[in-house]
Parts: sequence; C-alpha cells; structure tokens
Amino acid sequence: MPKDEFTPRTFSVVGTRPLRPDGIDKVTGRARYGADISAPGMLTGMVLRSPHAHARICSIDTSVAAAMPGVKAVITRADFPVHPENNGTADVLDNCMADKKALYDGHAVAAVAASSRRAALDALATIKVVYEVLPHVLDVDEAMKLDAPILHKGRKQEGVPADVSDNVLTRTEYGHGDPEIGFQMADLVIERQFKTAATHQGYIEPHSCLATLGSDGQGDLWVCTQGHYMARNTCAEILGLDSGCLRVTPSEIGGGFGGKTTVFLEPTALLLSQKSGRPVKMTMTREEVFRASGPTASTSIDIKIGMTKDGTITAAKGDYRYQNGAYEAMNGTLGAMTGFAPYDLDHVNTVGWDVVTNRPKAAAYRAPGAPMAAFAVESVIDELAYKLGLDPIEVRLKNAAREGTKSAYGPTYPAIGLEATLKAAKSHPHWSAPLGENQGRGVACGFWFNFGGDTCVSLMVNPDGTVSLSEGNPDIGGSRAAMSMMAAEELGIPMERVRTIIADTAALGQNEVTDGSRVTFAVGLATIKAARHAIQIMVERAAMTWGIDPEAVEWVDGAAQPAGPNAGKHPPMSLAEIAAIASNTGGPISGHFEVNAEGAGVSFGTHIADTEVDPETGAVKIIRYTVFQDAGKAVHPSFVEGQLQGGAVQGIGWALNEEYIYGKDGTLQNAGFLDYRIPVASDLPMIDTAILEIPNPGHPYGVRGVGETGIVPPLAAVANSVSRAAGVRMTSLPMSPPKVLAALKKM
Amino acid sequence: MKARLHPNEGVIAMQFQSPLSVEDAVAFLADDQNARILSGGTDLLVRLRLGHIAPSKIVDIKKIEGMRSITREDGGFRIGAAVSGAEMNENHDLYLAWPGVVEAAGLIGSTQIQGRATIVGNLCNAGPAADSVPALVAASATARIAGPSGVRDVLVQDIPIAPGQTSLKIGELVTSIFLPAQPVNGSDAYLRFIPRTEMDIAVVGCGVSLKLDSAGTVVQARVALGAVAPTVLLVENAAEILIGTQLDDDALSALAEASSSVANPIDDKRGTIAFRKDVSGVLTCRAAKIAYSRAKGTVK
Repeated sequence: MPKDEFTPRTFSVVGTRPLRPDGIDKVTGRARYGADISAPGMLTGMVLRSPHAHARICSIDTSVAAAMPGVKAVITRADFPVHPENNGTADVLDNCMADKKALYDGHAVAAVAASSRRAALDALATIKVVYEVLPHVLDVDEAMKLDAPILHKGRKQEGVPADVSDNVLTRTEYGHGDPEIGFQMADLVIERQFKTAATHQGYIEPHSCLATLGSDGQGDLWVCTQGHYMARNTCAEILGLDSGCLRVTPSEIGGGFGGKTTVFLEPTALLLSQKSGRPVKMTMTREEVFRASGPTASTSIDIKIGMTKDGTITAAKGDYRYQNGAYEAMNGTLGAMTGFAPYDLDHVNTVGWDVVTNRPKAAAYRAPGAPMAAFAVESVIDELAYKLGLDPIEVRLKNAAREGTKSAYGPTYPAIGLEATLKAAKSHPHWSAPLGENQGRGVACGFWFNFGGDTCVSLMVNPDGTVSLSEGNPDIGGSRAAMSMMAAEELGIPMERVRTIIADTAALGQNEVTDGSRVTFAVGLATIKAARHAIQIMVERAAMTWGIDPEAVEWVDGAAQPAGPNAGKHPPMSLAEIAAIASNTGGPISGHFEVNAEGAGVSFGTHIADTEVDPETGAVKIIRYTVFQDAGKAVHPSFVEGQLQGGAVQGIGWALNEEYIYGKDGTLQNAGFLDYRIPVASDLPMIDTAILEIPNPGHPYGVRGVGETGIVPPLAAVANSVSRAAGVRMTSLPMSPPKVLAALKKM
Repeated sequence: MKARLHPNEGVIAMQFQSPLSVEDAVAFLADDQNARILSGGTDLLVRLRLGHIAPSKIVDIKKIEGMRSITREDGGFRIGAAVSGAEMNENHDLYLAWPGVVEAAGLIGSTQIQGRATIVGNLCNAGPAADSVPALVAASATARIAGPSGVRDVLVQDIPIAPGQTSLKIGELVTSIFLPAQPVNGSDAYLRFIPRTEMDIAVVGCGVSLKLDSAGTVVQARVALGAVAPTVLLVENAAEILIGTQLDDDALSALAEASSSVANPIDDKRGTIAFRKDVSGVLTCRAAKIAYSRAKGTVK
C-alpha cells in the first residue's frame, strides 16, 4: 500500500547537488532537440492555417500545389484514414486538421511536404480554401449565453443546465456542508468577480518532429514531446496503425510546462511521410506556436467567502467559468477542485464550468486550472484579512488544512505541508522587512494534486560495474540526474557510475506523459524498486558464489556481505565484482519495475511578493519574492529550487503582462514574444526559495512532485501585493500598466 | 541534369551586393525598386525570415568607407550609417556630448542586437516607436542623403513620413547622421515606457534636449515624442514653456500638459490612447529633469 512506502533513513547521494549529467551537452550545443535531426531524402512539411476565427470550410482545392515542382505530398482532412472512436482522440485529430469547420485563427486546414521550405511555402500559397465566415465568440461569459455562436452541437454533457449554450460542455460541483448557513455565521462576507487572460506556456523550443511511415504501416517518429508513449498511442489511433509498429523517440526538450502533452504536427507529418514515401520534418514557427498550440484557459470567477472577526472562515463559494478554446478540456473542473483545497472548511461549495470558444484548444499548463482559482480565492481572503485588521498569514494558519482535514474536493488529507510553509513564511525575515513608498506585500497559498501513473524502469548492471538506467519519460526537469542519484543511493555506488537515458517506446512498457509533477515521484519510485530488484539478484549471485542461502546475505554500501556470523566468513563482494563474474553465475544482471504508481502526495506552497507601483505610469516592479514549498524530500535541491523559481516567474508573468490579445475579427494580435510579454531576467529579483521536507508516505524516500505547485500562488501573491501598494483591489489579470494606471485614476 | 536540381536552384531569387563606394551603392539601388539596404540587418533579416518582404537585391553598405566610423566635424559628430549601438556607447566623447541619443540607441534590442543595430536603420525603418528617433530629433540631428542627384542634408524629423515610409527617393540612402556641437551648459535625455525592463518596444518615447545659461535657466529646449503618432512628434510649444524657467513645478506641469495634448496615439495591443497620453506627459517631465541636471552638471 502506498502509505507504507516511506522509511526514514539517512542519505549519502540524495539531497546533494552534483553537476547535471546532461549539462555539458546542453551548454556546448551537442544536445539534440526536435529540429536538430535530419534524414536522407527528408522533406519539409508545412501547414496552411485558417485566417478566420470561425468558418465553414466549403471547399479546398489543392490541385495546383500538388502539381508544383518539389511538392511530394499534399493532404487535407479527407486524407486521414479513420475517425477515432474516442471523443478525446477525435478532438485531437480535429485540432491537428480541421474537418467541416475551422474553429480558431490558426486552425490547420491543409499541409504539404516539399523538397524545401521555400517550395512548401510556395505550394501553400496556391491552395484555394473557400470559407464561409461564421460569427465567433472568445469570452467565456459570452460563450455561455444561449444566443452565442455555437462551435459544436450535441456535446453538452450530463449535468449542464438548459439555460446555458451548447458551448458549455461540462458542469461539475464539489463541496460539503451548507454555505448559506455558514455565511450567516460570518462577521464579514466578501463576494467578488475575477477575470484572468489566456496565457501560453512560453517554452522556448517550438514543436518539431521528423516522421517516417511506410506503406507497410511501420514507422519511426522523432519528436519534441513530454510523452512519447502518448505520441505513439495517439498517432496510432488517429492513423489506424498498430502502436507496436510505430517507434517514437523523444528529443531533448526545450521546455513544455504541459504544452507538449498532446500532438499537433505529428499525425500530419506521419501521413505526409506515408503519402510521399519520404521522411518529413515539421517545425512550427513561433507564430504557429502561439496561434495553434495550446495556451491555457481564460477565466471568469465568482468567489464569496465569509469570515468571523477572529479570522475563521465560516463558508466559501466559488463559481469557476473557464474557456478551454475550441475543444473539451477540464481546466474549470480543476479550478473548482483546487481553489479552496488549502483550507479546512465546514461549509464549501464550488462549481466548475468548461466552455468552448473560438480559440486554440487549451493544453495543460503547469497545475492546469489552479493558478486562476487561487488568484480569485486568495485575493478574497487577503481582502477579508485586510478589512478585519488581521495578519494574512495568521488567517491562513487558522484555517489551514492539516492531516485528517476533509478537503474541499472530497478526499481526506494524509500528512501535508501547508502549515509548515505558512510557519516558515511567517518566521522568514522577508515577512517582517520594512517596505518603502508605493510598495506593498502580498502573500498567497497554493495547492496541486500531483500524480503517479504508469511507469516502467529498467536498470542494467554492466560487466565493468557501471549501471545503465532506462526511463520512459523525457527529461524536462532534471530527471536523468534525479534517477541516477536515487539508483546510486540504493545501489551504494557513486552517482557518476549510473547513466540514465530516455528510452524509446519499443524499449520499455507504457509510461504516462511527463505531467502531474510525477516523474521524480513515480519514476523515482520505480528506479528505487528496479535497483532493489537488481540488488536481490546480486545478493543471490553472491550467495551462490559463497554456497550459502540468499537470505543470509545483505547489501551494504554497494556490496553483498554475509548477514551475520552464522552465514560464514566471506569478504564482501562489491557490485563491480559481482558484475565481472555475472556471465559465470547465471548471465547478465538487470532489475526492472513496472507500476501504476499511487500515493503521489499532494503539495502546498506559500509565496510572499513585494511590489512597487509607479503611481504615474502604473508600472509594477517586483522588489522581492520568496517561495516556501513542501518537496517531501528534495533529491537534488538545486533542481527543486529551479522548479520553484520557474513556477514563480511564470506566475509573475501571468500576473503582470502575459495575455492573448484578439482583434475584433477574432484573430490573435500578439503571436510572438515581442507583444506576448513573458518576463525577462531584468524584470525580476532573485527568487528566494525555502524547501520544506514533510515526507510523502507514498514514496520510499518521501518524495513529492514539485514542478507545478510553484505556479499556483504567484498570481494571487502579486495581485495582493499590488492591491496593497496601489491602495485599490486588482481583480483582473494581467495587471498591465494601462490597467493599473486606470485603476489608480478611478480611486 | 535540370531535373535533379533543387526546385529553387538555378533561379536567381535574390542578388547580394557589397559596394565599396557610395556611388556604386546608389547605382545598385537606383536600377532596382525592390532593392533593400543591409546595414546591421536586425530588422531586414527578421522580415525576410517572416516572409514579409522578398527583395530582389540586398545592398550591404558596411564595406563603404566611412560607414562604420564616428568622426568629429564642426565640434559635433558624424556617425556613419553602419555604426552600431554598441559602438556609439563605447565612444566616450559622443556619450559626454549627447548622452540621451547614445542611451536611446543603446535601448534597441538585446546585447547581441546592439552589436549590429544602427540608428540609421532605426530611422529608415520609419517605425513609429523607433527609440533613437525622438532623441535625434530633440538633438536637431540631420541625416546626409546620397542619391542619383547628389548629396543633401535633411533634418531627421523630415525622414519618416508615415509608418514604414520615408521621404527618401528611389536610389537614395542615408549615409550618416550628424549631431551638432553640444553647446556649453547643454545636454539631453531620452526615456521610453515599456511594460518590461528591456527587450521591448516603446509604448511612449520622449527625447529632451536643453541648453541652460550659467545661472541654470533654460535658454533652448527641444522635446520630441515617439510611439504616440504615425511619425515622431516635435512638441512645438515646449521651448516656449521651458525657456526662462529653471524647470520649476509649474513649468513641468505645463510641459506635461503640452506633451499629453500633442500626443496623438492609437488604442492597440501595446496601450490605450488615455494611457499613452498620460505617460507622454510623465515621461517628458522625467526626461526633462534628467536633461536639466545633466546640463547643469556641465556648468563650469
């Protein structure tokens, strides 16, 4: 059972900060990313995209393009061989290549493969698409109205009321108690509406792949992805292939943050390859990444919270309306589940709405759905604390969820670290540091579920005593370092003796995508278990060599040794010694482990943000920022700090300047990093971090995922800070200078 | 053999010329309306890659003598058309005389871009938000233009005539910028507003150039605004407001009002009309204060 996994112990490798094994490749440019590979005879694939936000595709004429010199294949949706039975996969296909309608600006409608980029571009320019432009809708509240333009008919799921439009696909509800009773017990009730803009993950590496698919249905795909098993399974389903016939190899990955947990180009590249009989490489431009890969939801959220004068929350209600772009996603559901998760509440009710609009299909983005919900909830808690004259950390401590608390979304918590992060924040010098003129301090908490899932690891003991470890998850946050460290810890050998690689889909069983902050937890667990499996075999080999029972042999400091005086006197046999004679003791030695990992262990964080607002321009400067987060056990603390800093910085960008800006015609106005403003280094102070370690009972070393929680509190922490600095409550993100200045002028 | 060619091979898509003289450059430009000038290339190459332009010819002017040098002339500075922002920033005399112009040039792009980007390119792109242009206009800079009919000098403010359009005729190119001698007790400043701290495009830009008398009273003033109209704006009444003052609060608030009312911006993804008008006033005052203290610092 997951709860029994953790055993307290001391570590020799875990918790240290060795150099990352992939570092030299990355700083010298030797590392191979998605676009860094070529094949003989390779063609360039390019996509024609809809210039309209919503349009019926009346006809597509590709005849001129197909006849052009250098053009080897042209495809439209009609060329895709099957219609996937699974609704989710059918949506992915429809998102990769539009069917009857183009549903957003940038939606793919045709693709070509040609012998050069120039030839492909020239061919695209000759494709004639006749569109019937339809009314479009971009805003979630507008899309829910009965008279809104409708994207899909008949997709409303059970539980969605009749008085909202067919754009509302799901309505979910969570909670317990009766908030109406609770609000009557409050001394102060605050209800506010919040808005957040759609933001993009902003990974630096664009989507890219190289596909080869023969007429015999056998293929290879090299791809920049967060999950090559997902890519294999999805492409196989979309193209009617046997998944075993498609080998997918992941490239290095230049960021994903959830945005590479699906496919965009890959089925098209494979089909172009099959049609042309040549390898086809496709790489998105930055503009395509913004227009046609997955940003996250924009939201409209109502939060109502009641509090007594001593700071006790008596009741909480939330209505979370999220638009997920043109297809189904569950950001609103996740918002409704996570918003009140940090608190121990007697009366709580939340409703989540997932709505479609004429925007690109939302993809996961680091704790999908949670940052916006936390922004709304933590803003109201801050305002209640401010108006009741209470310390905002004390208020949160008073209501904090603890072991045994029934969470707002249902389950009862095991040991969790929220209280520890709040106490650490309260006693940190940051919390009591003086503030200057026009400066404010904000605090906020955040929660994320974390995840485990299907995981396979193989660990090979090589004849020279080195160890090769294969995992099936792209290394997006330092997992090769973390796995080598955990294997070394377990085996009792130096970390440098263990080299971890990311295996292709034919080398290991099914692995869930790199999501849910799952890899250090789940792949780490499987690594430890695979190492233990190898140790068991090595112990047996030593026992055989000594002629004693395996039960009489133990593994200590990287060697087999007799477990006690009764086992006889034998000098220890090291891993290298056992490996050297493995051929004579039964053959090569390897350990493996396969699991659907449970017990991921939820994660909490508390952030403190100081900002300074320029009263004449509305510009906001981040003065100081500190993250407190429970990591369970930090395997490589530098990587953990990097995750906490990265989450905070993406959240700061979301809070201050990032947004999808649309024109009246529904086309995206800022499809590039100039006008889609992620923070640059000079915008930020050093993000300080404090790692708390409250062991996760579900992992042998107590590890919890750390990748996502860090983006949950910053929207609220920054908004609370700006609201206090400016003297006016900011309820709409991003808090761009024009918006802040307008709010200041209204005061 | 032809069938084996790459589909675009054998087709001369674009010529590349590196003339050694202005005359040759003019000749290359004059016989081809679709020719483009390459100096730093920081805009040209981006537009090429994005497919926004498809020039028939690129004329690289960097090999022409004088294009890459900063020389003293009549107490002022002649800056060649291919001098990069980084080179301007490393010229100590230039910085001492025209710190605002140099800082404006230094704001364009990243460190890498600074090694290539030029103020002449910035000017000739005719982008409304060009950082160096308001500073050059405030400094009364002139551009030297060479063309089929000879050489002429034109005020910088007369070069951009609309977004993306200049007053240059076919075959003409700007070969240098001239910054006049900085008078004693004179200095300048440039400030821009951007949502970030760097790597961004001006939402409002403001250049201010002041000359004081020995008592610290303003005797000359020029104020120019960028990004708040289709082309750079000269705040005509700034001189009237500032001359005779020591930049007291009344003068500053009148200046802010003048600047805000001259600004004629649009609502777009980078800012609202109201925001840009407000910030025009704010930045003008802030830049004026910097220019004033710099000018005062030179009082002997």
